[in-house]
Amino acid sequence: MFLAVTGFAILRLHSLFAVVMLSGVYSLIAAAMFVALDAVDVAFTEAAVGAGISTVLMVGALSLTKQREKIPVHTPLLPMVVVLVTGAALIYGTFDMPNFGDPDAPANRYLVDRYIQESPKEIGIPNIVTSVLASYRGFDTLGEVTVIFTAGVAVLMLIGGARRRRRPDSRAGPEATRE
Amino acid sequence: MKHHRVLRIAAKLLIPFIMLFGLYVQFHGDFGPGGGFQAGVIFAAAIILYALIFGLENARKVAPTRIVTMLISAGVLLFAGVGVVPMFLGANYLDYSPLGATQQSGQHIGILLVEFGVGITVAATMIAIFFQFAGRGRDE
Amino acid sequence: MTFVLAHLNYWVVVVLMMIGLYIVVSRGNLIKKIVGLNIFQTSVFLLYISLAKVAGGTAPIADERFTVYANPLPHVLILTAIVVGVATTSLGLALVVRIREAYGTIEEDEIDLQDDEE
Repeated sequence: MFLAVTGFAILRLHSLFAVVMLSGVYSLIAAAMFVALDAVDVAFTEAAVGAGISTVLMVGALSLTKQREKIPVHTPLLPMVVVLVTGAALIYGTFDMPNFGDPDAPANRYLVDRYIQESPKEIGIPNIVTSVLASYRGFDTLGEVTVIFTAGVAVLMLIGGARRRRRPDSRAGPEATRE
Repeated sequence: MKHHRVLRIAAKLLIPFIMLFGLYVQFHGDFGPGGGFQAGVIFAAAIILYALIFGLENARKVAPTRIVTMLISAGVLLFAGVGVVPMFLGANYLDYSPLGATQQSGQHIGILLVEFGVGITVAATMIAIFFQFAGRGRDE
Repeated sequence: MTFVLAHLNYWVVVVLMMIGLYIVVSRGNLIKKIVGLNIFQTSVFLLYISLAKVAGGTAPIADERFTVYANPLPHVLILTAIVVGVATTSLGLALVVRIREAYGTIEEDEIDLQDDEE
């Protein structure tokens, strides 16, 4: 509920600084929600990443751009229709979903029982999330780390070089090459 | 922000504990919630706090851009390298069992090393990205 | 009534997703679009985590005192997805900063206008 309220506030506000701050609040509420849903590791990550680092990065980006959003002139009717149709289709889809907290839901059976019962014996560490993350699904995690690595390198390439003077009239052309 | 004495002293007190907490999360991830991803972010947060309070130039002295950039790839290499070692010991890629005397201790060592690699990459990437964003506007 | 309670979590996710999608589609400001994408992303995280909840279960850290645990697999997926999410967000922000340097604005329609003038 709080999440939805914060989301609406983000939608309505035009001051980008307030939007960024609210998105930090939103992440913190989401983290609290994850704790309530027994996902302590995820909550930890969300609180550190969403409420901490990404807010700082967004403020950093804001300081390089501008603070206020332009008020939209036309009423966005078409996006509203698109979003409502998508939402209706998804709600229709949820009618077939298993009940909340159902231990017999397909997602909670088969492989998961094995992880829960065998991993303390096979891996020898109590935190099942860590053992699945680093051992059973090591390839996945390697891929994720590579994605982070690539994103970091891409950011360095995009804004890492010396700052180029902005030319309002001639953007394209040979002077577009950096430095 | 150099003239805010309260902030400076509070940050000086906090930063070692944030770093210690980051290391705790890093190496205690086997027993409680935590692990490389979270620890990396917390560690990066300590450096970013330092940069915010004491200025970017001082932070760049603490964590030189060159070293941070190297650490980004060092973490990935550590992860991938730990995966290769068992191949020489006759097991599959990323199967840590032969690293220790028993299967459990082998898995334990493997997970610790891999999480450490994750932590290095995440922390270095976050610090590098923050330095880029923060340093962008001031170079002129 | 029990049906509504058992599916409320999905509906919250759908509403959040709609908010995120609406921001992305209708707002022209690039930073706001990225915030919208983050909301969208968090709604997907919530969907996975609520799928992993098992009634009466506890957090998936093994201990003799408990027998029922939440499903650890979605936790692992979302754990990595969050960190990858912030990495991609920062990449998007870097692109926005570059666009701002090239065009002097981060509003979509003004960028279009400048392109049309050429």
